[in-house]
Amino acid sequence: MRYEAPDNIKSAVAMLAKEKGLAFVLAGGTDLLVKMKAGMIEPDLVVDIKKIKGMADIKKSATGFRIGAAVPGVALSENAALSKAWPGIVEGANLIGSKQVQGRCTMIGNLCNGSPAADGVPALIAARAKVVVSGPKGKRTIAVEQVPVSPGRTCLKKGEIIEAILLPKRPPRSSDAYLRFIPRTEMDIAVVSAAVNLVLDPKGVVNDARVALGAVAPTILVVADAAKALIGSKLDAAALEKLAAACSAACRPIDDKRGTIEFRTKVAGVLARRAAEIAYRRAGGKL
Amino acid sequence: MPLDTSFVARKFKQIGTRPLRPDGLDKVTGRARYGADYNAPGQLIALVLRSPHPHAKIKKIDTSKAEKLPGVKAIITSADLPDLTNGDRGMRDMLENCMARKKVLYDGHAVAAVAAIDATTARKALKLIKVDYEILPHVTDVDEALKPSAPVIHDDIFTDGVEPKPAKPSNNNKRATFGHGDIEQGFKDADFIVERSFKTEQTHQGYIEPHACVANVNPDGQGELWVCTQGHFVYRNQCAALLGMDISRLRVTASEIGGGFGGKTHIWTEPLALALSRKANKPVKLTMTREDVFRASGPTSSTSIDMKIGAKKDGTITAAHGVLRYHGGAFPATWAEFGAMTAFACYDLKNVRSDSIEVIVNRPKTAAYRAPSAPMAAFAVESAIDELAHKIGMDAVDFRIKNAAKEGTKSSYGPVYGPIGIGATLEAAKNHPHMKAPLGKNQGRGMACGFWFNFGGQTCTDINVTPDGSVTVAVGTIDVGGSRASIGLMAAEELGLPYEQVRVVIADTSSLGHNDMTDGSRGTFSTGMATVAAARNCIKELCKRAAKMWDIPEDAVEWVDGMAKPAGSNAGNFPPLSIKEIAAAAGNTGGPIAGHNELVADGAGVSFATHICDIEVDPETGLSRVKRYTVIQDAGKAIHPTYVEGQYQGGAAQGIGWALNEEYIYGKDGRLQNAGFLDYRIPVCSDLPFIDTMILEIPNPNHPFGVRGVGETSIVPPLAAVANAMSNAAGVRMTHIPMSPPRVLKAIEALKKH
Amino acid sequence: MSSVHVTTTINGDAVDFVCNADEPLLDVLRNRLGMTGSKEGCGTGDCGACSVTIDGRLVCSCLVLGAEVGGSKIETIEGMAKADVLHPLQKNFIAHAALQCGICTPGFLVAAKALLDNNPNPSEEEIRFGLAGNLCRCTGYDKIVRAVQATAKEMRGA
Repeated sequence: MRYEAPDNIKSAVAMLAKEKGLAFVLAGGTDLLVKMKAGMIEPDLVVDIKKIKGMADIKKSATGFRIGAAVPGVALSENAALSKAWPGIVEGANLIGSKQVQGRCTMIGNLCNGSPAADGVPALIAARAKVVVSGPKGKRTIAVEQVPVSPGRTCLKKGEIIEAILLPKRPPRSSDAYLRFIPRTEMDIAVVSAAVNLVLDPKGVVNDARVALGAVAPTILVVADAAKALIGSKLDAAALEKLAAACSAACRPIDDKRGTIEFRTKVAGVLARRAAEIAYRRAGGKL
Repeated sequence: MPLDTSFVARKFKQIGTRPLRPDGLDKVTGRARYGADYNAPGQLIALVLRSPHPHAKIKKIDTSKAEKLPGVKAIITSADLPDLTNGDRGMRDMLENCMARKKVLYDGHAVAAVAAIDATTARKALKLIKVDYEILPHVTDVDEALKPSAPVIHDDIFTDGVEPKPAKPSNNNKRATFGHGDIEQGFKDADFIVERSFKTEQTHQGYIEPHACVANVNPDGQGELWVCTQGHFVYRNQCAALLGMDISRLRVTASEIGGGFGGKTHIWTEPLALALSRKANKPVKLTMTREDVFRASGPTSSTSIDMKIGAKKDGTITAAHGVLRYHGGAFPATWAEFGAMTAFACYDLKNVRSDSIEVIVNRPKTAAYRAPSAPMAAFAVESAIDELAHKIGMDAVDFRIKNAAKEGTKSSYGPVYGPIGIGATLEAAKNHPHMKAPLGKNQGRGMACGFWFNFGGQTCTDINVTPDGSVTVAVGTIDVGGSRASIGLMAAEELGLPYEQVRVVIADTSSLGHNDMTDGSRGTFSTGMATVAAARNCIKELCKRAAKMWDIPEDAVEWVDGMAKPAGSNAGNFPPLSIKEIAAAAGNTGGPIAGHNELVADGAGVSFATHICDIEVDPETGLSRVKRYTVIQDAGKAIHPTYVEGQYQGGAAQGIGWALNEEYIYGKDGRLQNAGFLDYRIPVCSDLPFIDTMILEIPNPNHPFGVRGVGETSIVPPLAAVANAMSNAAGVRMTHIPMSPPRVLKAIEALKKH
Repeated sequence: MSSVHVTTTINGDAVDFVCNADEPLLDVLRNRLGMTGSKEGCGTGDCGACSVTIDGRLVCSCLVLGAEVGGSKIETIEGMAKADVLHPLQKNFIAHAALQCGICTPGFLVAAKALLDNNPNPSEEEIRFGLAGNLCRCTGYDKIVRAVQATAKEMRGA
C-alpha cells in the first residue's frame, strides 16, 4: 500500500484518477481503517486529504455554510454559528462513534461510507444540503441524497472527491433536530433514526418541512408524506399522528443483528414525531 | 502442627483499612506489562486460521503455498499436535478445541497456525492456506440440539446419568438431579403456582485484554511461556501435557492480567504458540484478535429453563422444581449442574428438585464466567418467585424473608448451612433508603437474591524476611483486581508489621509449588489462608532466632505486636527484638529467615447477596435505563473494603449488561454475527448510575479472619433484579434475556392488545 | 508494501520512525517505539484502550495511520506524569480504586485528561458521556467517575 498526502485538490484528484489498483480517500480514517483491519479492503493507494488547504475550514457566508471535507466531527460543535443555525446537523455528527472517533471522523467520510444508518447524513438531507464534487472533468455540485446509491456504494466516479458540504442560508424561525435509536446510550450504530427540518411562519405555523429517516431502507429515506402532514400545522396531535404513520408506512427495513422490521417500523414513527417536536421548539414554536 | 483455620474474633489493626495497592503506580503510568506488552528478541508473529463453517469435515489442508512465502518460518496443523492424552477425555477435548482434528465444530474453530517474521507476512500466509471442507448440518440452539432431528455432533457421546444407557449417541452428554422431599405432594399443597419457561442467550466475559502470550521452546525441550492467565500453574500443567513435555521443563510467567472473569482459566492458543516455537526454533508471539476472542475463546452457556414454584397463601413455598438445559459449546461439559445446584440455594425448602440437562451445540467451547451457571438459574427462580409473591399479594422482600435459608437449613444441593448471610442481606434491603426512594414516571423497582459457593483448592505461599527486616510474600494466585493489597494486609496483620513493610509478588511456576487458579472467588480466601499459615511459620522461625540470640529455650519466646518478647518473667529480662534486628543477625543464627506453607484451603464460605434495581422504560420504544442500583452482600470479613466494593460493582455491571443487551447472535448459517465490541454491547459509562454497595460481615467460621470469597456472587442477582424492576415499570414479565428494546417493545405492545 | 518516514513529536520529544504505509499509530507506538502503555483491546475503535491525543484532540490510535502524524504533537499515557510527579488524575485513580485489572486505565486517563482540559467543571452526566468511548469491564465505572469528579474539584482548587 502507498500513502500520499497532497497539498492541493488537483493532485489528489489526479492520483485517484490514474491509480490502476484500489484507491481510497483518507480523511478521518474511522471507517477506512476498520475495513482494512477486518480484511474487507486492501488498498493499493491511500490519499490523505487533510493537508489540502481549506479542507479543514468551516466558512460562513451570505449564502450559507461551507464545511470542508477534512473537518472532524468535534470541530462542528465548536463552531457556535453552525451549532446555532443547524443543531440537528451538529448533533447528528456528534453521535458518530465515541469522543475519540469524533476527534477524527468527518461528515463527508460518513456520507461516502454509504451506510443507511449513518448518523451524519439524515439531517444533511433534511437540510437540503449539497456537496461539491471535484473530479478529473472539473467540479459539480449535487444534492447530498444523490451520493449514496446503495449500502456501501456512492455515485462518485473514479478520481472524484467530495471537497465540501454546502448548507443553504437559514431563514428566520427555522431549525432542525436529529434523533436516533440505540440500545445503549452511546457507541452503537443507529437502529433507526429521524431528522426533521422545519421553517415556521411568524404565527408558528409550519410552512416548510423535510423529514429523512435512516436505517429503514437501503439508503436514507426522504418521506414527503410526513413533511406534508406537518405543513400548515402547529404540530397538533393529529398532524403528528399523520407524520408518524407516514414514516412507518414508508419504511422498508430489514431484520438484522441490530433490530427487527417490526421494531424499526414502529420506532421510526416515534422518533420522527419526537424530532419534529424538538425542531419546532428550537425554531421558536410553542407546544 | 497443621494450621487451625477457625475464625477467631479480634480487633484488627491492618485488616479492614484501605491502603494503596502496590501495583497501582505501574498501572496508571502504563508501565505495567500485560500479555501483549512483552517482546522476545528475534520473535516471530503468529496468526491462526479459523473455520468459517459451524460444522464440517476437514478433507484436506494444503499449506504448501504458504510454506513457500518468504518470511514464513513455521506452519502447524493438528498433525503437529499428536494426541498424547492417553484416554483422558477432558484433555483430549482441550487439545481438539485448540486445533481441529478431523472436523471443525464451530465458526471460528482453529484449523492451522502460522509463525512469520511479521504480522503482514503471517496474514498473507493465512490467505495461502487452502482447506477443503465437507459441510455438515449444524445446530446452535440448546433446545434444537435435543430434538431427534438434530445433527449429532459427536458420535461417541451417550447420555450419562440415564438408565438404561442410551444405545444411540446424542447431543445430551449428561443428566443429573438434585433436591429432596416430595414435590408432587408439595404442589398439591400449594394455593398458588407459577410455571414459566425462560431463555437466556450466550454471553462472553468481555475482558478488555485479548489473550496473548510469548512462547519459547528450545531444542533441548525446555520451554518458557509469558502469558496472561488466571492460573499460570494450571496453564503450565495443561500445555506441558498436550505438548508432551515434563511439567518441570515448562516455566510459565504470568503477566499482569487485563480481566479474566473465568475466561482465562482455560488454554486457547497457548499450545499453538508453543508448538510453533518448537517447530521454528524461535520465540513466537501470539495475540488473539478481538474477533477471535469472541469466536474462539470460552463464552458462557445459553440456556433454556423450566421453572415451577408453588406456595400457600401465607407465603410458605411448598414445592419448587426446575429443569435446566445448558450447553458446553461443542464439547461435553457440566454447566447445567452448577445451575441446578445454585438455583434454589437461597431458600429453605421442604420439597425441591432441580434437573440438569447438559447439551452440545456447534458453538465455541464454553468456559466459566463469574459464578458460572448461577445467573441464569437465579433469573428463572427469582422471576418466578417475584411473580408468585405478586399473585399472593405479598411484598417481594417479605416473601423471600419468610422462605430464606438460615444456619441449619439443608440446602437444595445437599450440604447443611453454617452461619450464612441471606437473611441479613434481605433485612438490610428491606430497611435500605433505596427501598423508600420515590419513583418517577415509567419507572419501576425490583429486587432479587443470589448465591455462590466459593472454592478452596491447592495453595502454596512463601514468606521471606529480607536482610533489612522487610518482608516479601510470594504467592501463586494471580491478582485480578487488587488482591496483592489484601494479601499484604493479611501478612502484615499476622506478623504485626506495618503494611508498607510487606511486598507481595506473583511468583512464576518454577518458584513455587502448584497453585490452583484465581477462580471460584478463592484468591483472597485461599491465598489469604496460606499466607496466614506461612506467616505463622515465619513467626515460629523468628522466635527461634530470638531465642538463640538470648540463649533461652525456643518455647520461652513469644511474638507480640511485631516483636519477639520473652514469654513471662522467668524467661529473662530482655528488651523486645524487632524483625529488623532479628533479620540483621540472621547470618549468625542460622541463615535466611522464611516461612512457607502448602495447603488445600478448606471450609470456603458461601456468599449471599440481595440487589435492588430501579429502571425506567420508554413505553414507545422499549428502551430502558437503570436509574439506581444497590448491592448488599455478605463478605464474611472485608480485608480491603474498597476492593470488596469494586467486586460488588463490577459484577453488578456485568449482570446489568447481560440482562439488557449482551448476547451472541448466530445466523441461520451457524455463524457468529457480532464478534466485536460494536455489536456485542457491554455497558458503557453513560449507561450506568453509581452503584451503591453495602458490605455485611457474617464471619466464615472456617477462615482465621472470617473471609468469604466475594468476587462472583454479585453477577448472580442482576438478571432477575432488572427483570423484576421492568415488570414493575412496564407491566411485562420478560422471560428472554437479554431484555433488549425490540423484545421489550414487543411485550409492551402485546400487553396493550389485551 | 511501501514504507513511510515520519517525523513527529511524542510527549514533547522529537521522534523519528519508519513504518509500513498501512500500519496504525498504535502498532507504531507499541511495536516500534516500545511504548506499550497504550493498549489494543479491539483494534477497531470500539473500546478506547488505545486512546492518545493528537494536536490536543482525543483519538483512538488504532484508527490513525502512523503515516498521518508527521508534524503533529502526540500525547500518550507515558507523558502524563512529569518525571516522578503524577498527574492528579493518576493519583486519584489509585486513591479512589478506579482500577481493578488496570488494562483500560491508560485509555481512561488520557480520555479523562482530555475531558478536564476542555471542561474543568463537568457534571456527572458530562463525565459519563465524555468517557463513553472507553470500555471497562471490571469496575462498573462507579469509582472511575468518582475519581474524575474528585480530580476536577481538586484541580479547580475548590
